[in-house]
Amino acid sequence: MLKNRYVWILIAFIVLVALLAVGLDRAPHVREIPSPLIGKPAPEFSLPVLEVGNPAGSPQPASALPPSAELPSAESPSAGQSPSAGPGPGERFGPKEMAGKVWLLNVWATWCVGCRDEHALLVELSQKNLVPIVGLNYKEVRGDAAMDVVSMPFAQEAALVRTRANHWLVTHGNPYARTVLDIDGRVAIDYGVYGVPETFLIDKAGVVRWKQVGPVTPEILNGTLLPKIEELNQ
Amino acid sequence: MKSPVAAVLMLAASLVCSPLFAEEARPLADDPVAEQRLQGIAAELRCLVCQNETIAASNASLAQDLRAQIREQIKAGKSDGEITDYMVARYGDFVLYRPPFKTSTLLLWGGPAALLILGLALLRRYLKRRAATLSAAPPLSAEDAKMAASLLADASSDSRPQS
Repeated sequence: MLKNRYVWILIAFIVLVALLAVGLDRAPHVREIPSPLIGKPAPEFSLPVLEVGNPAGSPQPASALPPSAELPSAESPSAGQSPSAGPGPGERFGPKEMAGKVWLLNVWATWCVGCRDEHALLVELSQKNLVPIVGLNYKEVRGDAAMDVVSMPFAQEAALVRTRANHWLVTHGNPYARTVLDIDGRVAIDYGVYGVPETFLIDKAGVVRWKQVGPVTPEILNGTLLPKIEELNQ
Repeated sequence: MKSPVAAVLMLAASLVCSPLFAEEARPLADDPVAEQRLQGIAAELRCLVCQNETIAASNASLAQDLRAQIREQIKAGKSDGEITDYMVARYGDFVLYRPPFKTSTLLLWGGPAALLILGLALLRRYLKRRAATLSAAPPLSAEDAKMAASLLADASSDSRPQS
């Protein structure tokens, strides 16, 4: 009888350890919060477009060329003209422009480690011309813990955002059909972004169909994302 | 920190140098009533990037942005309910520290009560069974009663327990 009771205590302990192990495995940083946005129209916005190009005007590496096939895109700025000349009136972009297309919205920043992890994969994906990717550069300067923006004028911050984002895309390749700048993170709030990188799949009717929090991995790309894109394109 | 003056200076310097302090103190001075409402709303909302902190308590950059958002909406004349709905529309019920009662939260809300009822039922069954075994036990025989009495007498005459 007594022995039997000890066996039960041991079993209870093993069950507890198993539950804790599962909990540890699903640590908060990989925890998926269900997005209420799935099945709803992608929130509208109008953000300044980043003109990606080599500020020095020298030829770009092949991988840095934007995938121009799908879009009436804002192609390379004239040689020698610095794209980081300041915010200016410039071009703006909104999800409406993508109506009738299946597309990806990828939220990124140069300070975001997870974004670096997925960047090469995104460049590779963009070269296949399967789906246009719009990059939403999220709080490029004020999101960077190393930057102090409290005393920085907005125009200066905007110029710095452009320089940093452009430098990153020129150096590491530009997977984006368009890159828009969410300098204060206001649009990202509308998309319920809480941890960069995040990737949204939006269908032809402008409805959010799928969302990934954290870097897109080859497994997720081939196992989930590409089949979904194919399905939505039919 | 030998002199109190140095301590005060260091404290002042640390406050001046802290960007968070500068960020948060400004609006407080603006409108204390709105700020109190902000605190009330934000204290009911979960910070998404923190370990179980409210948006009111967290200094995470996203929590600061969301506080600024709440502040903006208070200024725009939105009600507390509208502001909470705004957050839920973006981040889902997860942001609420008091999730609404629906089918998906049935276990969450009903779980504790169900466990209590289960526990009471088990206790009742146990007590009934015990009462049954006790009443079913045969009455004490005269010999046993004598033995018990002598053991009790021994125990009271000698405080040390007998082995």
